[in-house]
Amino acid sequence: MRIETTNGAGGAPRKLKVATVSLAGCFGCHMSFLDIDERILPLLELIEFDRSPLTDIKHCGPCDIGLIEGGVCNAENVHVLREFRANCKVLIALGACAVNGGLPAQRNHLELADILQEVYRTGHGLAEGSRIPDDPELPLPLNQVHPVHEVVRIDYFLPGCPPSGDAIWAFLTQLIEGKAPRLAHGQLHYD
Amino acid sequence: MATAELEDILERHRRDPLQLLQILIELQARDGWLAPATLGALADALGMPRARVESTASFYSFLHTRPAGEYRILFSDNITDRMLGNQALMQALCDKLWLQPGKVSEDGLVSVATTSCTGMCDQGPALLANGRTVTRLTPERIDEIAHLIRRRVPVGDWPPEWFHVEDNIRCRDVLLDHGLAPGQALAAALERGATSILGEIERSALRGRGGAGFGSDIKWRSCRDAWGDAHYVICNADEGEPGTFKDRVLLASYFDLVVDGMCIAGMAIGANKGFIYLRGEYRYLLDRLETRLAQRREQGLLGRNILGRGFTFDIEIHLGAGAYICGEESALIESLEGKPGKPRIRPPFPVTNGYRGQPTTVNNVETLALAALIAVRGGEWFRAIGTPASTGTKLLSVSGDVARPGIYEFPFGVSVAEVLEAAGARDTQAVTSAGAAGHCLAADEFGRRIAFEDVATGGSIMVFDASRDMFEVARNFAHFFAHESCGFCTPCRVGTAVNARLLDKLAADHGSPYDLDEMAKMHRLMQGASHCGLGNTATIAIDDMLVKFRPAFERRLHSPDYEPAFDLDAALSQARRMTGRDDPGAHLGDNRGALAEERAHAHGRATTAGVQDAPASAEPASAKDLQP
Repeated sequence: MRIETTNGAGGAPRKLKVATVSLAGCFGCHMSFLDIDERILPLLELIEFDRSPLTDIKHCGPCDIGLIEGGVCNAENVHVLREFRANCKVLIALGACAVNGGLPAQRNHLELADILQEVYRTGHGLAEGSRIPDDPELPLPLNQVHPVHEVVRIDYFLPGCPPSGDAIWAFLTQLIEGKAPRLAHGQLHYD
Repeated sequence: MATAELEDILERHRRDPLQLLQILIELQARDGWLAPATLGALADALGMPRARVESTASFYSFLHTRPAGEYRILFSDNITDRMLGNQALMQALCDKLWLQPGKVSEDGLVSVATTSCTGMCDQGPALLANGRTVTRLTPERIDEIAHLIRRRVPVGDWPPEWFHVEDNIRCRDVLLDHGLAPGQALAAALERGATSILGEIERSALRGRGGAGFGSDIKWRSCRDAWGDAHYVICNADEGEPGTFKDRVLLASYFDLVVDGMCIAGMAIGANKGFIYLRGEYRYLLDRLETRLAQRREQGLLGRNILGRGFTFDIEIHLGAGAYICGEESALIESLEGKPGKPRIRPPFPVTNGYRGQPTTVNNVETLALAALIAVRGGEWFRAIGTPASTGTKLLSVSGDVARPGIYEFPFGVSVAEVLEAAGARDTQAVTSAGAAGHCLAADEFGRRIAFEDVATGGSIMVFDASRDMFEVARNFAHFFAHESCGFCTPCRVGTAVNARLLDKLAADHGSPYDLDEMAKMHRLMQGASHCGLGNTATIAIDDMLVKFRPAFERRLHSPDYEPAFDLDAALSQARRMTGRDDPGAHLGDNRGALAEERAHAHGRATTAGVQDAPASAEPASAKDLQP
């Protein structure tokens, strides 16, 4: 994979567009991303953010790199993930939940119907007449939580809960330099 | 179970925690399952942590820690059983008994499920009824089985001819026509002495018949030279490779030669004790083998002072309990020590640190039988047979689409085509040369030769004619390995499961080239990163099929690029039902249509919001340009 860093023939180097999102995640991977600390300044010489919690841009335009945190737990996650896939040349599953489903996927051994019933109808401390939300504004949950590669094609996987700031830094800089990312021993871990 | 009964079993096993698996197998045979109270009592009696007892009890397929029914029916599910129609027969039995595969009937009477290859590929489809092998199943036989179960007739009272296992020897050479009397090889070896025997084995260039082809003389010498309190000989009769059944025949009809071989190995390495690790699927042979061992003890051919020559060597038979991984020698030793069959980290190798940490040589049944032949006829005689790098003959278990399935003994160097010709194969499209774990050969390779230097094999030759769908063969193998992975290392535990899921995805019409690429990647990863031979070989045949029979996979692809692993709209079904919603937002459309729509939306948004780089051309980029 090679990311074009010039605007056509002979053009000056352009910044790469990067979009990020957290689906069924905890934003921990994004926090870990910020653990690159002051290195974000040289990084911003090379990239600019498109849709991301860091920019608050609501929809993603054509991008070079997309970082997906979290697995896919509801219909909105599917739409967002498809938006990223349609726009990003390279899509990266960032962190344990995106790679495997992670903690949210622990609900997978339960029937969704039973979960909804207990949470909204039969559980303790519910208000009188409490019922399962059915507003069309709300995205419906999927029967199970899935890793992102089961919904769209994913180009790279960066495991870890979360991957360390150093791992994310190493991964992104190698990718930007046009190298296939390879993490050193200690940076690659499954937890 | 009564305490006295447990005491009796414990006493027979010397209250030795290393006998745990054997004790569990006996308890299971009596009770039909291993109840929590039984495991607790056993842990107390053996002075072991309960977790250790449970880890063994839960590792083996044939041990049940939940009630599995008075009748436990396991259909052999090798691809050869499938080709003979086992799936329809299993469904028929389930229908007659009103139950679902894998579930116990509500009255606790019976469960019906599948198990890995039971080694009856030449007379399948086969099943195990409470551990006893039933061969040559037919719809009529299934009817009768259902009838007998409903009438609660004990398996021991079922018609004896159902349990008959044929040898099906089709082609004999020096091993199967050995012409030696019981003990003759052992007498010759005792005459020669240990040093001379090791010399003859070296001259014979005998290599291990399990498939890896390690030099037997090197193994025996290293073991003999290793320091230890005791040395051990293990006969690996855990013949689990799908499509292999040669050891079954050697044990059933050539047992004296095998025992002679074990005694000779014991003499050569300085051991007084040997074990036969008999796979649980061959439980039906146990009584016969024990009887013969007892007879040999009386005849002075086993035990103390063998043939009056002052050599002492005895043999104990241990049963396996349905774990393919135990064919790996260090996993086998773990299992022999009563633990879950997980391969050890090597080195140290068993020849220095094996059973009880002592020097141990683990040999295949066939290797030991050949060693006995060599003791009589000499290394030079043996070396003249076969090819320079692969001396002697090889037993081949031939099954699948052939007129005469069975055992064929050929000198090494025989071509695949000659084997097919002998077995009466017609219109053959593929041959798996070493079971599920070896290469798959296509017709243009049938001129290749069976030998360690060309087509290496442990003896499993499965034949597929042009009518067979090689995709289904790959899928059967993938599920086999996903079931048999011991779970110790991540590449194999996850990799085998991923492969099985990808092939199921293709079978469910959700396939894409992405999935084929993933399987190729998994092949490279698992070959390099797995802990033992199981993971290293689990993708060889599948990868061969992906390369050589690619159209069988491609015809199942649903999209030219990528397909989700599951039906997205169906994944909202429970939420729709629980909320009563059916609005457009309560559905998810087809992936490709949705992606195209997203792209169109994205361009609209990008242009109006002005966040897009100025495009080089005035035209907005098409969806195709954006594809990575």
